[in-house]
Amino acid sequence: MDKKKNIPSSENSNSGISRRGFLRGASLTTAGTILLSSDVLAFEATERSATGKMVSSEGVEIKMKINGTVQSLRVEPRTTLSNALRNNLGLTGTKVVCDRGSCSACTVFLDGKPVNSCMTLALDVGDKEVTTIEGIADGEQLHPVQEAFIEEDASQCGYCTPGMVMSCVHLVENNSDPTLDDVKHATRGNLCRCGTYPHVFKATLSAAKKMK
Amino acid sequence: MMEKKKEIFPYGIPDHNLTQIEREIPIEEPPAWPINAELKEVGKRRTRYDARAKVTGDATFTSDIQLTGMLYAKFLRSNVPHASIRSIDISKAEKMPGVHAIKVITTEMDGKETYPDVKYVGQPIAAVAATSLDIAKDAISMIKVAYNEKPFVIDIDDALEDNAPLVFDEPIERQADGGDVGVVHDGSKGQGNRRGPTTSSFYGGPRGDLDKGFAEADVIVEGTYSTQVQTQMPLETHGVVIDWKPNEMLVYASTQNTAGVRNELASYFDLPKSQVRVICDFMGGGFGSKHSAGDFGPMAAMLSKETSRPVWLMVDRKEEHIAQGNRPSSVQQLKIGAKRDGTLTAIQQKSHGTAGVALGAGVGRVAQILYECPNFSTEQYDVLTHAGPGAAWRAPGNVQGAFGVEQAIDELAEKINMDPLDLRDKIDNSEVRKVERMRGAAKFGWSRRKKPGSSPGVVKKGMGVAQSCWPRFVTLNSSIEVRILNDGSVEVRGSVQDIGTGTKTILAQVVAEELGLKTSDITVRIGDTLFPDGPGSGGSVVTGSITPPTRNAAYEVKKKLFQQVAPRLDTTPDMLVAADGMILHKEDDSKKIAFKDALRGMRATQITATATRSDDYGGFQQPWGLAYGDLGSVQFAEVSVNTDTGFIKVDKIVAAHSCGRPLNIGQLESQINGGIIQGVSFALYENRVMDTGTGHFMNANVDQYKVAYAMEIPEIDIEIVEEYNAASSTDAYGIGEPANIATAVAIANAVYNAIGVRIYDLPITPAKILKALNKTYE
Repeated sequence: MDKKKNIPSSENSNSGISRRGFLRGASLTTAGTILLSSDVLAFEATERSATGKMVSSEGVEIKMKINGTVQSLRVEPRTTLSNALRNNLGLTGTKVVCDRGSCSACTVFLDGKPVNSCMTLALDVGDKEVTTIEGIADGEQLHPVQEAFIEEDASQCGYCTPGMVMSCVHLVENNSDPTLDDVKHATRGNLCRCGTYPHVFKATLSAAKKMK
Repeated sequence: MMEKKKEIFPYGIPDHNLTQIEREIPIEEPPAWPINAELKEVGKRRTRYDARAKVTGDATFTSDIQLTGMLYAKFLRSNVPHASIRSIDISKAEKMPGVHAIKVITTEMDGKETYPDVKYVGQPIAAVAATSLDIAKDAISMIKVAYNEKPFVIDIDDALEDNAPLVFDEPIERQADGGDVGVVHDGSKGQGNRRGPTTSSFYGGPRGDLDKGFAEADVIVEGTYSTQVQTQMPLETHGVVIDWKPNEMLVYASTQNTAGVRNELASYFDLPKSQVRVICDFMGGGFGSKHSAGDFGPMAAMLSKETSRPVWLMVDRKEEHIAQGNRPSSVQQLKIGAKRDGTLTAIQQKSHGTAGVALGAGVGRVAQILYECPNFSTEQYDVLTHAGPGAAWRAPGNVQGAFGVEQAIDELAEKINMDPLDLRDKIDNSEVRKVERMRGAAKFGWSRRKKPGSSPGVVKKGMGVAQSCWPRFVTLNSSIEVRILNDGSVEVRGSVQDIGTGTKTILAQVVAEELGLKTSDITVRIGDTLFPDGPGSGGSVVTGSITPPTRNAAYEVKKKLFQQVAPRLDTTPDMLVAADGMILHKEDDSKKIAFKDALRGMRATQITATATRSDDYGGFQQPWGLAYGDLGSVQFAEVSVNTDTGFIKVDKIVAAHSCGRPLNIGQLESQINGGIIQGVSFALYENRVMDTGTGHFMNANVDQYKVAYAMEIPEIDIEIVEEYNAASSTDAYGIGEPANIATAVAIANAVYNAIGVRIYDLPITPAKILKALNKTYE
C-alpha cells in the first residue's frame, strides 16, 4: 500500500508529519477494517501476525468515565480524546489549538494526571477516569483557582483559559505552598497568545494561599 | 443647525496639570462626568463580564458551535508556490462515504471559467464538506491537482532582482482586510515586484527641505534596521460556521468585525444586509488578522447552500500560519540629523518589506510624527513574494517603524552625550508622554542605568527605553442600543464584538454608572448584527467609538424613565437623579423610589434608546480629520545578556501608558501585559522560516514557531496615566495597539546598553549576540 496515502495531511506535502499524525494515519485503511493491537503502533518493517479485535470503519462503542459519570460513545480508532470530548460529547470547554501536544490547551486529567487530550487516543483511555474543565467546579461552587482567575482577570480571549486552569488546579492540588517559579513551571507548556501569564501567576498563588 | 449646550469638563492630567474646559456639546448628550476618583463604577476594577464562562469552559466560541446536521469542511491548499492548474480530479474524493459536497475555486477569465493561478504555498484550491472533519481531511487527500509549476521567489532581495519571477504582472489593490487603518499602500505604482512608494499618510506628506535640514545638522545618525515576519497565531484559528437558511444566512464567525463580515457576505452573494446575520459571542484572538470573511466565509456559505446544511469551516494550525496573515517584514533605512542640543533637523526614511502576495508592508507613521522635526520624508515600498498574505497585526507598520526610529534616537542621544530620556524631553512635544517618562523612570529606577557595555561579569545587565504614538481613531458609524425592561433588567445591545479585550465589561460599567446601578446589574448582548452596527475591533477604535453612544443611550433611557417616574414622586423630571440603585429627588430626601420599583411601573414593557457616535467635542484636527491627542506610551526594559552563551532574558518591563479616561484598570493591565509579552516574543523569538527552495513555511506549527511562554515572562509593572481631553461623553480610548509598539525596541536598546554592541535586526537571538561580540563557536 502506498505509504504516503496513509498520512491524512491537509496539503499533500512532505512536511509536518507528527508522530501522532502517523499513528492516526496508520489506523486508517481503505479496506475499512483494521486490527487493533499494539503492533499497529510499531514501526518495524517486518510483519508479524497481530492479535486483537476487529473494528469496523463505523467505529466501536466504548464507555468512558468523565467528570464522575460513565458515558457511552462510538469512536473510530483514530479518534483522539479531545475530539471525542468535543464532537461526541459536546464538552467543548477542552480546546484544540496546536493539535500536536505543544500548547496544552487541550489539557484534561486522566486519573488526576494532566495529559494532552489531542495526543491521547480515545480508545487508550480504558478505565481511567477523565476530568475536563467542565468537571473542575463542584456544581455552582467554583474551584478556588477558577475564583482567583476571575478575581485577578486571568483570562482575555479565554481560549487558553480551560487548559491554563487545568494546569494550575493540578499544581495547587499537589503543592500547598507553590512559589512563583512553581507556577511558571506548572504552566510552562500552556500557550497564551493574549499574554494572560502575569495574572495567571498571581491568581494561582492567591488560590493556593486561600486553600491553605 | 443642531442645538448645543455648554458644559464644563475636566481637562488635563490629575496630579500634574488638571484644569477645566468649557465645551459646546449636543443638547441631548449627558453632562460631563467628573474625574474617575469621583465615579462609582467607571475607572474601577470590575470583574470581566464573561470571566466565569471562560474559567468553567462554558464560553462557546465559533469553533465550538455544533448544529444539527452540521457538516465539517476542509480546504485543499496548494503545495507549490507558483503554478497554473491544468486539472483538478475530484472523482475519487466525491465518491467517499460521508462526503456531501466538493467546491473547486474557479475564476472567470475571458468569459471562460478557469482555475486561478497559484501564488503561494497554502493558497486554497477547493474544499470538501463531509460528515466529520476526519472524512473531510481524507477526502481532500484524494483530490488530484495537476500543476504547471512556474519559477517563484521567496526572498525579498531576490524578488528585487531585475529578472526575478513576477508575483503579479499587473497593478493590484491592497487586500481588503479592513484592519490596517494606517498608511494607504499603493500597488498601482512601481514595477517588477516592487510597488509604491508610499510617501504620505493621513498626517500629510513630506515636510520642509531635507538637504537644508541635514546641512544644518551637527550630528547625523544613519542605520538600517530590519524586522522579521511574525504571524498572529491566535489560539482560535480563522473560520466560520454558516447555516444558509431560506430567508437568512446565519453566520457564526470568529471575527473582529461582525458588521464588516455581514457586509462582505451580503455583497459577495448579492443579498440584502438584512438577510445576513453574523454572531460572534466569544472570539479566540485575532490581533488584527480577523476583520474579513476571508476565503473561508464565501466557501462555507457556498457549501451550506449546496448541501442545505450548516457548515463548520475553521482552518487548522498550519493553515492559520501559512495563509491567514502575518506582520510583514521590514528593512528600514533611517538618516536623522540633529543639533548638538538634540534639536532634530531632518529625518529621512526609506523602507522595503514583504507581505507576500499582499500589500501592506509599510513602516507606519512613527518617524513622521513622534518627534518635532521640520524636514521629513519617507518612501515605503512593498515587495511582492510568493508567500502567504500579510494582514494587520497589532499596530500595523508602527511596531516595525518604531524599531528603527527609537534605536536611532538612542544612538543620537549617545552621540551628543545626552541621557536618552533627557533627549526625549527636549524633542517630544507630548505632555502626557512627559508625565509617562517621569513616572515610569521613577518606577523603573532609570537612575541605575550605566554606560553601554560597562556591566561587569559574564551576564551583563542593560536598560533601555522607547516610546510610541498611536492616533485616537474614532469610527463615527458606531451605534448601540440600551434598553430597560419592566422586570428591572437593563440590557446593552450592539454588533460590536468583545475579542477578549473586555468590551462587554466596560459597556456594563458605563451603563451602570449612568443609571446609578452596579456593573453586575447590566446584561450585555453584543457581537450580533441583529443589533445596531458597532465598529470593528481594530486600530484601538472600539472604546473611543462605542462607549460615548453607550453612555448617551443610557442617558436617553434614563430621561424617558424620569418622565414616567416624576408624577409618581410628585415632582418634575429635571429634579431627579439616579444613584445607588435609587431614583432620588435632588432636594427632597423623602421623594425616592428604588430603580427596580420604578421600572415595574412603566407604561410599556420596555424603554429603549439607540445612540450613534457624535463628533468629538471641540471637533477634529484639521486638515486630517483625526481626533486630538495621542495614545502614547513610554516603556522601559531591563535585560540580562549572557556573553558566553548569547542567552538573553528580559528581566523587567515598566510600561507607562495613557488612554484618556481609563474605564477598567484590571482589564487595561491585562491588555498592556499582552502587548508587552507579544513585544518580548517579537524581539527575541518569533520568526517565520521559509524554505526558499520550495516556498514552504517550515515552522508552521506551535512548537517550532517559538513564542514567549510562561518561562519567558518578565516582571511587568504598569503605570496608567489618566488624561482628560473633554472629547466625548466618556472621554475614553483603547489600549490595544499602543501596548505593543515600544516593547521590542526598548529591549533592543537595553541589549545595546548591556553589551555595548547594537543589534539591528530582529529577532535578537543568542547567535546574533555572539556574532556581535565576535564570539563564534565553530
